[in-house]
Parts: sequence; C-alpha cells; structure tokens
Amino acid sequence: MSGLLFLEQSLNGLQFGLMLFLLAAGLTLVFGIMDMINLAHGSLYMIGAYLMATLAQATGSFWIALPLALAATALVGAILELTLLRRLYGRDHLAQVLATFAVILIANEVVRIVWGPQPLLLNAPPSLTGPVTLPGGLQYASYRLLIIGVGILVALLLYFLIAKTRVGMLVRAGASNREMALAMGVDIRRLFTAVFALGAALCALAGAMLGPILAVQVGMGENILILAFVVIVIGGIGSIRGALVGALLVGIVDTSGRAFLPLFFGVFLPPQFASAAGPALASVLIYLLMAVVLFFRPQGLFPARG
Amino acid sequence: MKRVLACFVVLAAFPLVMQAMDNLFYVSLASRMLIYAIAATSLNLALGYGGMVSFGHAAFFGAGAYTVAILATEGISNLWLAWPAAVVVAAVAALMIGAVSLRTRGVYFIMITLAFAQMVYYIFVSLKEYGGEDGLPLPGRSSGLPLSLADDVTWYYLVLALFAATLYGLYRLSRSRFGRVIEAIRENEVRAEAIGFPVYRYKLACFVLSGAAAGLAGALIANQASYVSPSLLHWIQSGTLMIMVILGGVGTLWGGALGAIALLALEHLISDYQIDWLERLAPNYQDHAGLAVGVVLLAIVLAAPQGLAGMLSGKRRA
Repeated sequence: MSGLLFLEQSLNGLQFGLMLFLLAAGLTLVFGIMDMINLAHGSLYMIGAYLMATLAQATGSFWIALPLALAATALVGAILELTLLRRLYGRDHLAQVLATFAVILIANEVVRIVWGPQPLLLNAPPSLTGPVTLPGGLQYASYRLLIIGVGILVALLLYFLIAKTRVGMLVRAGASNREMALAMGVDIRRLFTAVFALGAALCALAGAMLGPILAVQVGMGENILILAFVVIVIGGIGSIRGALVGALLVGIVDTSGRAFLPLFFGVFLPPQFASAAGPALASVLIYLLMAVVLFFRPQGLFPARG
Repeated sequence: MKRVLACFVVLAAFPLVMQAMDNLFYVSLASRMLIYAIAATSLNLALGYGGMVSFGHAAFFGAGAYTVAILATEGISNLWLAWPAAVVVAAVAALMIGAVSLRTRGVYFIMITLAFAQMVYYIFVSLKEYGGEDGLPLPGRSSGLPLSLADDVTWYYLVLALFAATLYGLYRLSRSRFGRVIEAIRENEVRAEAIGFPVYRYKLACFVLSGAAAGLAGALIANQASYVSPSLLHWIQSGTLMIMVILGGVGTLWGGALGAIALLALEHLISDYQIDWLERLAPNYQDHAGLAVGVVLLAIVLAAPQGLAGMLSGKRRA
C-alpha cells in the first residue's frame, strides 16, 4: 500500500515539476539573456489558460484549441516585448520590477473585464478523463500521465533546440556573455523577441495543461510565478538544464512534503498538532531548499555565466 | 528646511480641518498612509541607502503586527510592552534572515529574502490558534497612554509623531558616520572592504535597523484596523512596499513617504470617487482600480526614472 502511495506521489511530483519547468524555462532565458526581471511571466500563464478555456469552449475540442491558444499567447508575449519590455532592458532591476508589477495589475484587471470575475471551466479531453491501471496495480488519472508525457517531450525538444541548433547556440552565447555575443554580431534584440514569444507559448502550454486540474481564475499566475523564480534561482539563472533540475526538485519536494509530512509527524506528535504542522512545514520546505542551495552555491546549481 | 516645516504644519493641521468639516474618515485614511510611509521609509533605508534590495520586508512588517496582535489576545495590550516587543521580534527576524541572505549578491539576494518572507508567511498561516488563514482580530487599540487611542484624532497624532521620529532618525543616520559608510558600501563594496570597513557587519546592522523600523510600522498597522491577517506578510505586500519606495524615490529621505502616500491616495481616489466623465466612458471603472494604478505606475517608470522625489527636486538622470 505505502509503495503505491509513494509511486503515486512521485508521479504527481514529476507532473508538477514538469509544468513548473515549462514556466521556468522561458523565465530563465529572459532573465539570463537580457538580465531582465519579468514579474509578468505569471500573467502570460494566466492569459494562456484563459485563451485556452475560451477557445476550447468555442471550438469544442481540446486538441484544436491547444495550438491556437499557444500561438495567440506567443503573439501577446511578442507584442508585450516589442511595446514595453524592450524599453526596460537598459534600466536597473528596480525599474523592471516596478514596470512588470504594473503589467500584472493591468493584466489581472483586463482579464477580469473581458472574462468576468468567475473562474472558467476547462475540461480535460473526454477520452482522457478516466484512470488507467499502471504496472503494479496503481490507478492513475490518464490526463496526469498525458501532462507528464507532454512535459518530457517539451523538455527534450527544448534540449535539442538549445544544445543542437544554431538558434540555441546564439541563445546560450547571449546567456553566458551578452556583450561578447553582441560584439560578435548576434542580433540580440530580434533573438530576444523570439525567445520571449517562445517563453509565452510555454507559459500558455503550462496554463492549458494545468487548467483542468487547477482553477482558471484571476491571480492564478502570482503564486506559481514565485515558484518559477525559486526554480530558476535553485537551478542557476540562464541555464535550461538548471531549470529542469530545479523544477523537478521543487515539484517532488513540494508534492511529497505535502503528502508525507503530516503522516510523518503523526507518528510521534498528537494528531491535531500533526495536521497543523505538516502542511505548514510542507509549504516552507521548498523555500528552505532554496535557502540551503543558495547558502552553499550562491550562483545556483548550474551557473550559466562562466 | 522651510519646506519640511510647512509639510509638518499641514500634516498637523489636517485632522483639525477634517474635524471642522465633520469628515473623520480622512483622518483614519491619513493615519494609514503615514503608517505605510514608515514601513516604506524603513525599506528605503535597506534598499536605497544600503543597496540591499529586500523583497521580503513584509516579513518584518507582519511579524511586528502579529506580535502586537498575539500579545493583545493573551491580555497584554500595554503599548510600552507590546510595541517594543514588536520592534525586537522584527529586529531578531531581520538579524537571522539578514545573516544568511547577506552572503549572496544581486538577484540572488532579492530571491533569498523573498524565500525567507514566504517561510514566515506560511508559518503564520499555520498558527491555527491565532486565526490561521482568517486573521486575528484585536480586542482594541493598545493602552498605556493617559489618552484613549480609540479616538481617531489622538491616534493620528501619535502616528504622526512616530512618522516624524522615523524621518528624523533616517535624516540623522544618513548624515552620521554609519550612514556614510553604508552609502560607500552601496557605491563600491570592494573598495569599502579594502579601506578596512567590516562590510558584512555594517550591512547586517543596516538591515536589522530597517527590519526593526518595519516592525514598528507593523505594530501600528495592527492597531490601525484592530485586525491582522497573513496578507500583511504576503509577497504582494513586500512588492507593494518596494513599489512605494521606487515610486517615491530610491535612497531619498522623503522617497518612501511620498511613494506610500501617493500610491494609497491613488488607490483611494480611483475606487472611492465617482468621476462622471470616466463613468460615462467606462461604466463600473471603480471595480477595476488595479488597471488605473497599473497604468499610472507604468507611466511613472517610463517618464520619471528617479521617482516622485526626483521629479519634485527637478533633478534629471545624468
């Protein structure tokens, strides 16, 4: 029994971690290449989820809506980059924080005006609503398995894009030394618009995949944004590999902490105390992880800058 | 100096005018603004003067507030006991968080202070016997003065006095040897180290002072509404304090206060006032105050890089 529970929680952690990776990948590249703090990244996740819910309703199909939502969100991201964020690259981090915080406020209100204050409903594709039986007898939601599959696929694609293509080489060059890349004739500005649009599409993918599990509502981007920042700081800013490792660490630590800490405390503490202390400590756990990582590796696990 | 004096004369006369107009709501709003002004000023000490971009100041603000609230529920509402306790608790929290965080630099410092603040947030959310997620109401404002603080005008003057003391403290600090060293470290840490200043200890002292002042502001905000909730510790609160400082002017004496007052006034103006032409243009605009606040913030970032204080003194970026 406990073996099955362990397997189930590991899969949940993997699934959550891979979705965090989708968010963190775009964030870490934006951060690494342009040295830009973008708090509005979570807003793109929210906008992606809303577009997905609307398009799924309009087309009646999850699979037709998905690529449309990704493209639309990428477009929103590119417009945001071209009109606003581009003006902020030369400014200090504080100005970037202020401006992108303003974008969060604006995005939340615009979403509330367009879609209203009620959360939207986004259903998983009908063929994937039931559970499947995994080897070992575990009943696991097939939709969650799909999320894991999509996450792994995107991670592989990103790895191929970053490690094996010319565009990826330019991205890595920009992340490790921006001035040198500029001096060597790389058109960083155009590259960055493309990276930003890609990051937005990944946000939308995470929003679309998590939509049926979590609620599609205003403010959904804010808490997950902080987790994405934790991920990229643990992994090392600018490093895709770091983002993947950080995301999996955070996903698994958070999920298993929530599942097992109350049980663990229940062994030697009175039940009412265990049920209070368990979830609290579980929430604290990932921040503790980050503080410990930063204490020993102040540049994160995989620093991109040499 | 004349301008400062004029400012405080206006601030001191404000409740009398409002009393004459029978409009005490604004006295209460003004107290709230001044409390946030203290909190933002405390952050400005670390962020503007010390160059330490703390994204977790709500932790100290909230710790101060919760100290007062918890002591009050346990029957200790004397301000001579509760408020110093709030300051000490916030200072100790700042000492522990700062001691670890100050080993990192730049963006990593921003993120590690955020991480610690989130830990504090979740710890208070989990305190079920003190309200947990729902927050904790106080039996009333603190006692211990011959006057009753339940009276909004008396309360305003007490807050104003503490605000003046905070600003004066920052003024004296920035002109002291300690303040000079802190600014030298902000400008060039390596050089300050080479000259022989114990950089780490100076920064930590500055961070603790800043946290302690935020704890005082927290003690006041708990009294203001006679209610505390975990939202005082949420990262959005840290962000808002940072926004106030950036909006007002980083590293300027009045920056935190200006930003706090401007932001709260803007929020109030949009959500509580009926502007007829705007109402015709966009019905229900008052439900969407965040939109206007966001647009104004964006305009200020793009148009006034030095914040409001920079705009007022007419300085331009070189």
